[in-house]
Amino acid sequence: MAKYVVKRILQSILVLLGVSIIVFLIMRVFSSDPAPVVLGEHATTEAMEAWRESNGLNDPIIVQYFNFLGGALTGDLGTSYYTHTAVTQEIMSRFPATIELALVAIIIAAVLGVVLGVVSAVHKGSFVDGFSMILALVGVSMPIFWLGILLIILFAGVLHVLPSGGRIDPLLQPVGGTGFYLLDTLLSGDFEAFGNALQHIILPAVALSMYSMAIITRMTRSSMLDTLNEDYVRTARAKGLPEGRVTKHHALRNAMLPVTTVIGLQLGSLLGGAMLTETVFAWPGIGKYTVECILKSDFPVVQGVVLLIGVIFVIINLVVDIIYAYLDPRIKYSKEEG
Amino acid sequence: MAADSIAMQSPQDLGEDPQTDPSQTPPEVAPADEKADSLWRDFWYAFRGNKMAVVSLVLIGVLVVVAIVTALFPSVLPYDPYQQDLSASFQEPSLAHLCGTDQQGRDIFSRILVGTQVSLTVGLLAVSISLVVGVTLGAIAGYKGGVVDTIIMRCMDMMLAIPSILLAIAFMAALGKGIDKAVVAIGLVSIPEYARIVRSQILSVKENDYVAAARVIGDSDAAIIFRHVLPNVLPSIIVRATLGISGAILDCAALGFLGLGVQPPQAEWGDMLGRGRNFIFSAPYTMIFPGLAITITVLAFNLLGDGLRDAVDPKSRRR
Repeated sequence: MAKYVVKRILQSILVLLGVSIIVFLIMRVFSSDPAPVVLGEHATTEAMEAWRESNGLNDPIIVQYFNFLGGALTGDLGTSYYTHTAVTQEIMSRFPATIELALVAIIIAAVLGVVLGVVSAVHKGSFVDGFSMILALVGVSMPIFWLGILLIILFAGVLHVLPSGGRIDPLLQPVGGTGFYLLDTLLSGDFEAFGNALQHIILPAVALSMYSMAIITRMTRSSMLDTLNEDYVRTARAKGLPEGRVTKHHALRNAMLPVTTVIGLQLGSLLGGAMLTETVFAWPGIGKYTVECILKSDFPVVQGVVLLIGVIFVIINLVVDIIYAYLDPRIKYSKEEG
Repeated sequence: MAADSIAMQSPQDLGEDPQTDPSQTPPEVAPADEKADSLWRDFWYAFRGNKMAVVSLVLIGVLVVVAIVTALFPSVLPYDPYQQDLSASFQEPSLAHLCGTDQQGRDIFSRILVGTQVSLTVGLLAVSISLVVGVTLGAIAGYKGGVVDTIIMRCMDMMLAIPSILLAIAFMAALGKGIDKAVVAIGLVSIPEYARIVRSQILSVKENDYVAAARVIGDSDAAIIFRHVLPNVLPSIIVRATLGISGAILDCAALGFLGLGVQPPQAEWGDMLGRGRNFIFSAPYTMIFPGLAITITVLAFNLLGDGLRDAVDPKSRRR
């Protein structure tokens, strides 16, 4: 087990190194010169040259990469071309908003997905099964930004029951704390602000969760159907155990193994989906910020965000793999071969 | 894996012409033809039984016809999709304008019809890129094994470590706007998926006796991969590619929505949605109909992919 964990960690470090190379190649090698965009079309050639020099863009590409990598390893991702603030600071001030949104979304997706998947498998062919399969199909077919727009039109435009965007009423915004508004407002006992933050997060979280929920529902259903046909489940039934007990103790436990992996992986991909959801709901997280920075060629920020999301994604993968290997010892042997 | 091995034994399931595969029994031997025919019939019978899949196939056919006809004969469109008429802006859906008009007074229905061209083109071309590169890399990795396998698959892992939409957005930011660039960006980010599928399938196929036999009679590595191994993994690749088209159409729409897709005034569904955002409450129809077009198209490809998978994989069919 220890050998497997060490091997996976070493692999992850290599992958991260590769991610830094990919990010760097895209932003610094393939892309066009950011100087005219940042300084404006009317900037003089000398001004642009001086700007490039001061931002280290005239150094040989390999030197630029090692500067970037060295900085990243010490927590320095450079400064924004526009605000001249440290990229790490820009990211950290917006990160809690994105994490809060992604966590609420994954909770919605996991709870609804697993429940719908299990009920569908147990009552295969029933109305619930049909309904959840249609929901799962529509969930993976609908652009999340369009779902977000429909939710806004319905709940904010027609019914006027939920806000169309933002994270909290500015007057109720908690000061200091963790940056997770739901947690901060709850800890400080300010239930009015908590309710307000909750109202703001519902629509974006539902929109963001839809795709993952669809994937988790399908995965749970097919995994449950597989285990329900296993010999040990037949044995459990044959020895006269009640069906509920068979489902819960024998089938569900085993079916949850692959589902856990999928839930973990979905958390990572939610960070990608957050870029679209945050843009639709004016959610002040890193997704929306990154889109803005991409549109104005603020490359250090984009590099930093992509690298950070890559790191999170790799860590989630690593943790999921290790948990999986721990739960199911067969995995580590087959993976060591592959 | 049992399901995959069943599917793998029948490459002709998907209508592959047995004559294109020289490793097969020569075509003049009648039983092989009959066998291929019956496999094809089995597949078609299973596929036809899935009503949703057949409906989706018809729908995709209609979309393809719309794309081709509107490209060749723009005069069939109710209105010129690029003609601006500010006096006619934001007209609600009516018999004159089925889906209303946008900010510039352009007919949304005509723009949606023309937008079919972009979505289908990007979907097909992007998947072609990821398919060709991904299958080649996966085949080499799976067949060669060892260091080659490690290098290729670790590179794939690196790409998979970044959410695909984020990677596509970063590519677009670097490359600039345009359909051609969107095709490349979306195509590149899906390469690892195909490489992974093909590699894992090849690992299980290459131990089969017929591959060993081919090696014994002195076939080259390339010949073995292309003649003996790939035809067997084809069904799962085609299923994945069909689902991949829907993913590519969604990614294309996302790029358009963020303002990174096509150049104006070209009509693209995601771009239309993005431009309607400022009028979400005053003119919701500018956003409802393009989104509906995306969803229906993506749904059709997803249903077709599911139908194909069920038809080539009897295990999933029973569900």
